[in-house]
Amino acid sequence: MNGARALWATLASHGVSTVFGYPGGAIMPVYDALTYYPEVRHVLTRHEQGAAHAAEGWAKATGEIGVCMATSGPGATNLVTGLADAMLDSVPLLAITGNVASHLMGTDAFQEADITGITLPITKHNYVVRDVQDLPRIVAEAIRIARSGRPGPVLVDIPKDIQLAPYHGEIPVPHARPEIPAPSQDAIDRALELIRAAQRPVIMVGGGSLDAAAEVTALARAWDIPVITTLMGLGAFPNSDPLWLGMPGMHGSVAANRAISEADVLIGIGLRFDDRVTGRVNGFAPKASIIHVELDAAEIGKIIRTHVPVRGDAKVAAQMLAQGASPLDRPEWKAQLEEWKSRTQLPDHWGAGYAVKSVVDRLRPDDILSSDVGQHQMLAAQLARFEKPRRWINSGGLGTMGFGFPAAIGAGMAEPGVRSVVIAGDGGFQMTAQELATLKMYDVRNVKICIINNSFLGMVRQWQEMFHGKRYSEVWLGDSNPDFIKLADAYGVPGYRASSAEDLPAAIDAWLADPNSALLEVVVPHEHAVFPMVPAGAALYEMLETEPARTPQPEMAEVAEEARNA
Amino acid sequence: MTQATIPHQREPNPEQLLSILVRDEPRVLTRITALFGRRGYNIKSLSVGSTEHPGVSRMTIVVSGDRGVVEQAIRQLEKLHDVVRIIDHSLEKYVDRELVLVKVAITPENRVEVRQIAEDFRSRIVDVGRHALTFEVTGDEGKLTAFIEQMRPFGILETMRTGRIALTRGSNADIPGHVYHGETQALRPAVQIEQPREERAREVPNLF
Repeated sequence: MNGARALWATLASHGVSTVFGYPGGAIMPVYDALTYYPEVRHVLTRHEQGAAHAAEGWAKATGEIGVCMATSGPGATNLVTGLADAMLDSVPLLAITGNVASHLMGTDAFQEADITGITLPITKHNYVVRDVQDLPRIVAEAIRIARSGRPGPVLVDIPKDIQLAPYHGEIPVPHARPEIPAPSQDAIDRALELIRAAQRPVIMVGGGSLDAAAEVTALARAWDIPVITTLMGLGAFPNSDPLWLGMPGMHGSVAANRAISEADVLIGIGLRFDDRVTGRVNGFAPKASIIHVELDAAEIGKIIRTHVPVRGDAKVAAQMLAQGASPLDRPEWKAQLEEWKSRTQLPDHWGAGYAVKSVVDRLRPDDILSSDVGQHQMLAAQLARFEKPRRWINSGGLGTMGFGFPAAIGAGMAEPGVRSVVIAGDGGFQMTAQELATLKMYDVRNVKICIINNSFLGMVRQWQEMFHGKRYSEVWLGDSNPDFIKLADAYGVPGYRASSAEDLPAAIDAWLADPNSALLEVVVPHEHAVFPMVPAGAALYEMLETEPARTPQPEMAEVAEEARNA
Repeated sequence: MTQATIPHQREPNPEQLLSILVRDEPRVLTRITALFGRRGYNIKSLSVGSTEHPGVSRMTIVVSGDRGVVEQAIRQLEKLHDVVRIIDHSLEKYVDRELVLVKVAITPENRVEVRQIAEDFRSRIVDVGRHALTFEVTGDEGKLTAFIEQMRPFGILETMRTGRIALTRGSNADIPGHVYHGETQALRPAVQIEQPREERAREVPNLF
């Protein structure tokens, strides 16, 4: 057995069933050895970035480790965006890269890049395998590191000669998952003291709560405390529950942002107070005592002053906090929240919001909804209703355009029985559009792509409109966008199109009913902004609830022409 | 001339002294310094050397910044897989030393005076030239600074300081062998399946 076969044997012994990757010179022994391991499925994406995002989609949907693979140099560097994305969103990801032979490393050899150096700040840990006898142990350890504690990406770089060297040892079995420390009773007691005395409490849950959704829900209901779910935490609390206030932050709901600004106790569970969530930090929850339940000690007190740090497992902490709970009787607070909730404006006229709402309203609770990055992402996060965790996949921390489509493929392959719907923009979709070929090649039938086409890089355009005097610099795509239906057709993927509120329902029905993976292009008006919005640098209570009155706009073609001539 | 009398100068920024025990593996130094750099913590001095335990190196790092910066740095460091233990010296009594080599210009007239000052500092002469003497001085930061200030009027040609190193006082060994002795052993063997390392469940420092 050589190193390459030992690698596959180790992955197989760890239950890895699918690897997303792309071969190349420095990883050929691994691809050769793959032929001996039919139990592991390799998915050939059309770009290594697609492989990394697909592995992330797999991991986000299942909670299990996603695995991606690339050759040295350019292959490895193409994984970088996915690794950075996984780092910020705490996704358990294992990246395997080939490298040039050991004796060539450091000589600027053909297709050599110092990938461990490059990925040092964007991985939880990384390795270069220098002795084949270490290889299986390192891979097992990498998987354990990626999954344990706060999950994250781990990269293992394997020089070509190590892949070919004979390995005589055993194949490791998976490490037991290290137990997550339970919070101290003392911290819980201090938190409970605050909660009992609270007049205007709120619970805010993030991506670290997804696997504690049942416990968090029970906690909120036991105390009758309203719940805010961050972009990453959507699904950790059923959105149909009357206690749900929506999403906080830059494009958060009126109710969530006002509640944070007025709360006297804020219980944050499994989150890291990202700046898109907090707005101006010294204006965040200015009246609240903060209880922060978090596994990663480095996140406690990093951004927001914390009054009661509760370090440990969100699941256990929520259970401990729910013990002995009795519903708080706070009618004035509830009435206030109801008033804020009633200010939610659903899109009622034709536009991107209307289109997104029409699509997400057709989703079933089991459907996985992915999004790319931009206006459609915020609209989907605002308008979709999640009843379960791990049904919402998006790039929260890094905001990676091009993420959504390959992630939806990964999620769809992880759960072939459910629909994997992705909402993308015309800009982001084109960053990884070539993965249409992956759908075709593996006959993936459950991925439904919806492109909201406004001919603009919409979110950038919105900022230019609001903060740069409507100077639309380099955001107009309309003249150069492909015919998305023809593009899909070229890859053998059926396409549907709607360009009005009247056409849309039939198009959505046909698109979802198609037995294959299919693409739906929704052509929407060029200008549509996402509101509510907290301008960058403002506090949550300074949010703009609705779009400021527009001045009449020149025709978009003229705008584009002007921008080009400027 | 007598022992230096320069008052201990107040630093514009407070500084913190940390010892970090790390696995002795390639790129560990980069990993640690990159963490400091990326998060904007300025390293004032850094010394690295081996320890009494094979496979474990020890770094002494002086960071500028207040306690909050250091607490955050410690928590970030603790997440690194290569970090075995962090000792925050501000929490206990410690001894620290630094070594400096100072090359001082001399003339026949001041030669005796320079040597006398060096003697007062218990400094050794490690190189003698026609126009320069090179001294070796060890001590805490204040002593070294005082020495350099005393020599400055004669003309300092070159200096090199090693950066500070520190150990906690008393007999409490920094590295309890049982914590990772097995682990350093487990770094190498080919077949043995390493048991999961104990999570370094460190209590959150009492910041609040």
